[in-house]
Amino acid sequence: MTDEDINTEILLEHYRSPHNYGQIQDASAKMMEYNPVCGDTVQFTISVDGGAIRDIKFIGRGCSVSQASASMLTDRVLGKSLEEVKKITPEDILQMIGLSLGPSREKCALLSLNALHKCIRKYEEETGGN
Amino acid sequence: MLSSEHFKKDFPFFTGKGKNITFLDNAATTQKPAEVIDAISDFYTNFNSNVRRGIYRLSEEATDLYARSRENISQFIGSSDPRQLVFVRNATEALNLLAYSLGRGLKSGDEVLLTIMEHHSNIVPWQFLKDRGIRLRFADIKKDGTLDMDDFREKLNRKTRVVSVTETSNLLGTINDVREIGKMAHENGSTFIVDAAQSVPHMPVDVMRQDCDFMAFSGHKMLGPMGIGVLYGKADQLEALPPFNGGGEMITEVYEDHSVYAEVPDRFEAGTPNVAGAVGLSAAVDYLGRIGMENVREHEKDLISYTLEKERDMHVEGLVSYGPRDPEIRGGIYSFNLGEMHPLDLGGQMDERHLDIGKSVHPHDVGTDLDRDNIAVRAGHHCAMPLTHRLNVVATSRASYYIYNSRKDVDRLFDSLEKIVGVYS
Repeated sequence: MTDEDINTEILLEHYRSPHNYGQIQDASAKMMEYNPVCGDTVQFTISVDGGAIRDIKFIGRGCSVSQASASMLTDRVLGKSLEEVKKITPEDILQMIGLSLGPSREKCALLSLNALHKCIRKYEEETGGN
Repeated sequence: MLSSEHFKKDFPFFTGKGKNITFLDNAATTQKPAEVIDAISDFYTNFNSNVRRGIYRLSEEATDLYARSRENISQFIGSSDPRQLVFVRNATEALNLLAYSLGRGLKSGDEVLLTIMEHHSNIVPWQFLKDRGIRLRFADIKKDGTLDMDDFREKLNRKTRVVSVTETSNLLGTINDVREIGKMAHENGSTFIVDAAQSVPHMPVDVMRQDCDFMAFSGHKMLGPMGIGVLYGKADQLEALPPFNGGGEMITEVYEDHSVYAEVPDRFEAGTPNVAGAVGLSAAVDYLGRIGMENVREHEKDLISYTLEKERDMHVEGLVSYGPRDPEIRGGIYSFNLGEMHPLDLGGQMDERHLDIGKSVHPHDVGTDLDRDNIAVRAGHHCAMPLTHRLNVVATSRASYYIYNSRKDVDRLFDSLEKIVGVYS
């Protein structure tokens, strides 16, 4: 099996059985991102405590790349400080997925990062960053 | 019946890099036969010079080639006079030209009647007129994917100045009765435009018989090169139209305060034209002419009939498709989904009720997975987002056929689809 095959299987595994799937009741912030062009949707709920993500869940629907990247992202940011999460770049996400996605699929991969960054911004605006 | 394998030999793509590719994206663009590629190469090798400036023989030869290409393509669509044929970049540019130039004669309150099955190129240029108070109306479709003629009749009224309709839908494959629609438009006193981007490449089209005022199509969807397309217009209609682009070639005299425009079609061809493109498209028309457009149509009718049979017999889990089931009014276009995903309008909130995860495979995944089996299809909204949403889905996958496709290609598509269902379920 090539790396590409293994990473495809990992992606599909996240798609079929997403991690941290669901919604946090009484979340610190909630944010949905929808791409009307292809229908991909993710919605994050986060619990923030002491400037770090104590819990995160997502729901969504769409292509395997959009949903699997959201699932992987929740694993990656759980327990991390908001400052660290804000520093995650699109390149980090593409590397995390580890597949040579064409430019048309990169948008799918980056939907969740956009949503999470917006979610954090919303939280900071609402709480004044505390 | 055409022998698609026989045709493949004429296409360097299929004997080279594309040997193992099942190319089912012909509504987007088509492959090119060697004689088209050679014609372009021959122009640049032996005739390259600028046209319409014939002081020297080489330029006269190039000008002559350009004129003969125009005549050839003009005959191909049944136009009585080559001056009725304007070379543009593609169907999109032809429709932009019409929206701009016809649009200048429209006033606030006037209406442009389109259908919900239009490609973006027959919607967006007309939307540019909205800030001048011009209203767009869209005739709806029926459940079977055909145009709702009652709705069309209802929306056609004394304010309707322009009716612009696609002959074949690039998503549904629906072939509209443009002759009948044109009659109604003309009885109403409206200018009638046919977007023929998906029809001229696939069936006999005769502008005289259709009696359209204008028609638009692209070269690259009919074996010709990219960057060349056609605007056909009735001579008197073209002559009455103000120019679109200004510049060289489209004028006879220029003064500081005004210009005298050239006759049609030159008036609409500002700047150095795509002569090699015209020559290439002319070669493509020769190639198609030898096959015969009736035969092209019959071949694709067979492929779409076979596709619909296959769909019925194989029962691929979750497979739904769109468009008329009657091959007589259906082009070689097959849009489908493995489970449907609906558009959301949730005002920024979703809950579990809106999830259809696991119930469908997104067209992007279908496209990527078919690609792993070397099958090229398109996935998305196919530049027909209003229609996609009208079908209450976010996207579809689309297979579209041409002369070099065979029933075997359809078999490959369905075998691969069955495999994909297994992977995602």
